[in-house]
Amino acid sequence: MTNMIIRRLLLAVPTLIVISMVSFFIIQLAPGDFLTQKIAELEQRYGDASSLARVQELRERYGLDKPIYVQYGKWVWGALHGDFGESFRYEREVSELIWERIGYTLVLSIGALIFIYVVSIPLGIYSATHNRSLPDRVLMLLCFLGMSMPTFLVALTVIVVVFNTLGIPLFGLFSMQYESAPWSWAKFVDLLKHLWIPVIVMSLNGVGGLVRIMRANMLDVLGEPFVLAARAKGLSERAVIYRHAARIAINPVISILGMSLPSIVSGETIIAIVLGLPTIGPLLFQSLQDQDMYLAGTLILMTSTLLIVGNLLADIVLAWADPRIRYE
Amino acid sequence: MSKNSDIAYLNYRQLVWRRLRKNRLGMLCAAVLIVFYIIAGFAEFFAPYDYAEPNITYRYVPPQVLRFRDTEGFHIRPRVAALKEKSDPLTHEITYTADISHCYPVRFFTRGYSYKLIGIFPCRMHLIGSDGPMYILGTDRMGRDLLSRIIHGARVSLTVGLIGVLLSILIGSLLGTASGYAGGWIDVGIQRLIELLSAFPSIPLWMALAAALPPTWSSVQVYIGITIILSLLGWGGLARQVRGKVLSLREADYVLAARSVGAGHFHIIRKCLLPPCYGHIIVMATLAIPGMILGETALSFLGLGIRPPMTSWGVLLEEAQRVTVVLQYPWLLIPAIPVVLVVICFNFLGDAIRDAADPYGS
Repeated sequence: MTNMIIRRLLLAVPTLIVISMVSFFIIQLAPGDFLTQKIAELEQRYGDASSLARVQELRERYGLDKPIYVQYGKWVWGALHGDFGESFRYEREVSELIWERIGYTLVLSIGALIFIYVVSIPLGIYSATHNRSLPDRVLMLLCFLGMSMPTFLVALTVIVVVFNTLGIPLFGLFSMQYESAPWSWAKFVDLLKHLWIPVIVMSLNGVGGLVRIMRANMLDVLGEPFVLAARAKGLSERAVIYRHAARIAINPVISILGMSLPSIVSGETIIAIVLGLPTIGPLLFQSLQDQDMYLAGTLILMTSTLLIVGNLLADIVLAWADPRIRYE
Repeated sequence: MSKNSDIAYLNYRQLVWRRLRKNRLGMLCAAVLIVFYIIAGFAEFFAPYDYAEPNITYRYVPPQVLRFRDTEGFHIRPRVAALKEKSDPLTHEITYTADISHCYPVRFFTRGYSYKLIGIFPCRMHLIGSDGPMYILGTDRMGRDLLSRIIHGARVSLTVGLIGVLLSILIGSLLGTASGYAGGWIDVGIQRLIELLSAFPSIPLWMALAAALPPTWSSVQVYIGITIILSLLGWGGLARQVRGKVLSLREADYVLAARSVGAGHFHIIRKCLLPPCYGHIIVMATLAIPGMILGETALSFLGLGIRPPMTSWGVLLEEAQRVTVVLQYPWLLIPAIPVVLVVICFNFLGDAIRDAADPYGS
């Protein structure tokens, strides 16, 4: 197990290097970035000694007069020391900006992940044990709809419907009075009140897919001889399903845990933009529009890194859950 | 079918088709999709108005009801009521109400603005039209007819998925066969590349790439760019499947036989290894289209995708991006309906093809 983790960690290093390169070059692709504009502005509009000194400092920090691989090297070297550069739009350190928001992104993503699994597994088991019954058919149809729904449109529709019927504006993660208030119990409760809608909307696609997978696995397992043996021993149907069949059927579902993370993060990005949530999705959107390159690059790097870590954790969970899996 | 005996046989394709035909839901979805594509192909004929022409006298007109009954009584031919303009004394905001005393009949196969059918034949015929303003789905902030815009938007929204998937198939099957057939370091390299691609979250990466398209590009260039961007991330799954299949068939007897009679690599791949993969490829392609359509919609919705004057369902939904606007003019969300419908149909159809692709199973 420890060996497996170490090996996976080592394998993650080249992946991370390539991802950091891609992130950096994507943001370099964009024409007319913020930094060039800013330097031109400092030089031409102000042109005094302190502005020129600032230009010099920026050139120095990002290696602007050097070739692109040196700029990349400087960025990565800084990133390893926690310095991801500066957001020129917000005039603040990128790391600070991300730090403020990444917590909410994690809470939302993990919340959605938990929701998906907690809802899908029982539904999948129910659906498989009631194969071809009316509830099973209705559930399968709903799952198909859930899989097909563009979540950002669902989010938009939910806002409109909730506002028109209940008169509650669902924008953001906090009510107005808690927005800038310090953390307190009341603020936490307020957060929970706002959290459930994005979590459910983000989970729609995932639930639809996972119920179908769980159902299919369960149906396969229920036809296995060991289930027959368990029944022949005279075990109760409950014990057969939950203690024998479901335990086996759940393994493939855990193994796709890592694969479902990218789609959750993707969904979160756009839903957060629609719902105005203080996560890294809207920050990425804003930074791409402004060509705020160091912010955008770091955000892409960050989300991809989170996914790699998530994948690793999923593999560890799988190894722990399924004793048949051996990693040499 | 053989002529001389009573025993008929069906080849694989016929078996698949027979099974697919029995799946009623799948066939229904296929029919709906065909209708959508026909409408997109002859968009100018089906659209009552020019989708790009603003009309500032009718801004934000709510959807008009088709009426069979007016002050004169019942009519077989549906009519639309005239619009009565009302200006709010405080905000000067103009709202429209229906004036049932004046109704215009809806005319079918009527003459309207001139266009070129399929870009070639000059034509003025439209499926529907009316003497007065007829905005069945309302208008947007520039007074453009939403129905016409949805019909025209179908062109981009429906082709982005198809062309994107074709590109994906091309990349996926090329690299998949290369990976499975060549093996060795080529295989390892391609597999690492696929793993790497799957580590990127699709929407953030799409956003970053779309934002990098130069602002000087024309809308056609942007359309091509977006299609390529969407297909860049989608080929990994397909390549994996093709590789697995090729790997399992590479040493099969009939492939060895072909090799021993001196068939070249290219011939073996094209004639022996790719045909068994077609089923997989078609299923994967059908199931990948909705993702691409949604990707385009999402990008355009955010303003990073298709650029005006071209339009797509995502571009139309961009107007609904601000919640305050949607609350005031909820009909701007209507373009979401065809998006959902098309995505669901492709999903059902893909599922039906997947079931049918294995005609020898139960």
